Amino acid sequence: MNTRFSIKSTVGSAPWIWSYAAAAVMALVTITFSRASGGLDLLTASMSFATFFALTGVAQLFVITLGPGNIDLSIPANINLSAAVAMQVMGGSDTMVLIGLLAAMAVGSLVGLGNYLLIALLKIPPIIATLASSFVVQSIAIAYAGGYRVQPPPGLKEFVRAKIGPVPLMALAAILITMCLAVLLHKTPFGRGITALGQNPTAARLANIAVERTRALTYALAATIAAFCGVLLAAFSGGSSLEMGNEYLLSSIAVVVIGGTAITGGRSFLSGVWGASFFLFLLITMLNALGASPGLRLMMMGIIICLVVFLASFRNAGIGQAVFAPLLKASRRPR
Amino acid sequence: MQTDKIRPVLLDLTGVDKSFGQVHALSGVSLSLHQGLCTGLVGHNGAGKSTLINVIAGFLPPSAGDVAFDGVGTLNLLSIDQRSALGIRCVLQELSLCPNLTVAENTQLLHRHLRGRGWRRKAADLIIAKLDDIFPGHGIAPHTELRRLPLGARQMVEIARAFTQTTTEVRLVILDEPTSSLDTQSSAQLLRYVRTFVEGGKNCLFVSHKMDEITSVTDEVVVLKDGRVVHQIETKDTSRAEIVSKMGSIDTDLRGASQKKTFGGKDSDGIALGLPAGPDIPPLSLRPGEVIGLAGLAGDGQTEALKSVLARYKRKCTFVAGDRATDGVFPLWSIKHNTSIGALHSLLSNGIIRSQSEAKLANDWKDKIGIRASGIDADLTSLSGGNQQKVLFARALASASDIVLMDDPTRGVDVGTKREIYQIIEAEAQTGRSFLWYSTEFDELTYCDRVLVFCQGKVAVVLEGAEINEQNVIAFSFGQKVSA
Repeated sequence: MNTRFSIKSTVGSAPWIWSYAAAAVMALVTITFSRASGGLDLLTASMSFATFFALTGVAQLFVITLGPGNIDLSIPANINLSAAVAMQVMGGSDTMVLIGLLAAMAVGSLVGLGNYLLIALLKIPPIIATLASSFVVQSIAIAYAGGYRVQPPPGLKEFVRAKIGPVPLMALAAILITMCLAVLLHKTPFGRGITALGQNPTAARLANIAVERTRALTYALAATIAAFCGVLLAAFSGGSSLEMGNEYLLSSIAVVVIGGTAITGGRSFLSGVWGASFFLFLLITMLNALGASPGLRLMMMGIIICLVVFLASFRNAGIGQAVFAPLLKASRRPR
Repeated sequence: MQTDKIRPVLLDLTGVDKSFGQVHALSGVSLSLHQGLCTGLVGHNGAGKSTLINVIAGFLPPSAGDVAFDGVGTLNLLSIDQRSALGIRCVLQELSLCPNLTVAENTQLLHRHLRGRGWRRKAADLIIAKLDDIFPGHGIAPHTELRRLPLGARQMVEIARAFTQTTTEVRLVILDEPTSSLDTQSSAQLLRYVRTFVEGGKNCLFVSHKMDEITSVTDEVVVLKDGRVVHQIETKDTSRAEIVSKMGSIDTDLRGASQKKTFGGKDSDGIALGLPAGPDIPPLSLRPGEVIGLAGLAGDGQTEALKSVLARYKRKCTFVAGDRATDGVFPLWSIKHNTSIGALHSLLSNGIIRSQSEAKLANDWKDKIGIRASGIDADLTSLSGGNQQKVLFARALASASDIVLMDDPTRGVDVGTKREIYQIIEAEAQTGRSFLWYSTEFDELTYCDRVLVFCQGKVAVVLEGAEINEQNVIAFSFGQKVSA
């Protein structure tokens, strides 16, 4: 009795565990289906691609934590613009990598502040404000990049492809950044302010939390993370393109929710974003291995993400609890 | 009373009880309304006025007792709509009109049989005629959406709608603080109309905090106190002073009157409060270690006063919410996180919150003010209301702020916990913390060094020492002037 209770309460307070369970199951299924001997290759690939899902997810998580209605739909356009800026500033030269990266992140933070200003000053709901700003940002990207594809500097290209054993260096860097952001969210007054705001904005204001400053900084931070992700993505795929961010709109929201974070804000798990990103990548891989055509694949993706988010919305507890908890219950019944 | 004996009874309440859990809002209310009279219903905060009119209008079923209506017998099983069809209408303090519908459409909601072609015009004619009747020169267009009207106009529509009559005769109209958002002229128009209405043999139950209105419009006055009818008298036989005195308790055994020392601090050491105040009130300040109570009728500006002080002094202040769910609780957090949120800056090393310091802070305060919980990592929402309130106190006291603002913090808290909270406040005041304490309970005001009584959004009087008693608080909150 006692052990069962403690397992239940542990998982209840850490719903992100389920996203890893789902990823593990998906990995087994994928390996079985592809009958691949290259388990290590799968690990390398999933870590590289999961990095992009995870970083956009982390960006989205910060905004979602702010509370009901908060969301950033400008992440794809922001990725497209920031990557284009970075590649142009770098101009293929290794000496300009840092400056290009900073330029991209500066662009990102401006996009984030713009989002906040639309929301706060014009009192537009975030879903509309960020969608509108994404059109503006995308238009700027088109005008700025003009359809050229600038190659990334060779050093940067090397970095994003580098591995320690089977583990990509880029993924390790992104995991390190996620850990720092977890400290920011859970262990600093700023992060506590975000979480408090997501639960009860009136109480947050009365507890002397600088509500508007917290909101503004959070939107800016999220957009900066997305811009950083855009630079890595451009380096990884051999130069920026104007559509490369587009697949990260739905996925950024999906990995947050699959990772056990409350879609209504105030309760967030950065670790879950990574588990969910692995799950999502493996899901796509499996669909590829099954030989699904691109159209079918996209359709399946849409259906599965909707289903997962729907299941995850039960008690804000992540996909796993919704799927596995009934099974666990059923397996216990004979006792 | 002679005349009443001749008039038939319209509404008869016998032994009406209403309790919410442990709280008895009404106990054994028996009351008869005789036809053709306007009855004033008065009482201080929490006396049970709202509960009583909700029971009569059918919004709340009584826990015991009977509400009988002339020619119908008991009303207990009838819905609000059915009561409305009998001619019982109710204008509540919180406006009940739909903001997205027009004036005419809102009128139709009360008269569902207005249907078919041209129902809007019929409803419009009905409501405009009544508005013209009650508030001549109102200037309200019948096809305006409610939300486009100013608050005063909305209240005029709500009142006029209650008096509109189509198939059934309107016999009793309950008006709960009907003039709270009307200007002087419209208020006077309404009072005139109520008189002509009752002189036509109809009834009005008139709830108001404004004694001028009670004395000018009613035929009889019913005083409620602690859920009981303590006094019922013809208006012409009583006085404003008598009514007000009946609302308080005769019992003056207050702790403060005997024990209260004169507070020693100097004004110059304190912070200026900058509260809205009447003309005779000197600039108010809160001195270190002082406990100042804010009293008066609920919603007369006390919460706004606290929030204005918070906005002015920000981090120097900390706030204890009375309306926990709305203003205080972070429901997804543990006791620990709920406690530490006001004190995070004292727990930092290199900008990061030290887990050990945070746990120690929460544990210390849990022990110090006796929060009964399994541990500081338990969810706040797993605690009882009283213990949640203690966590909010812990949050305020754990912060570095010197000024504690309390917004009726013992609302819905049991007696034992209240005592503990009073002790905490006294102990903290000894250490030099100052408190600004809005309370709706007289007993709590005796813990204060000074009491500011609010009336209509302003500080009407400052009471000190032995002046702090129930009679004074009631008298000044109903607008008594300070005698020279």
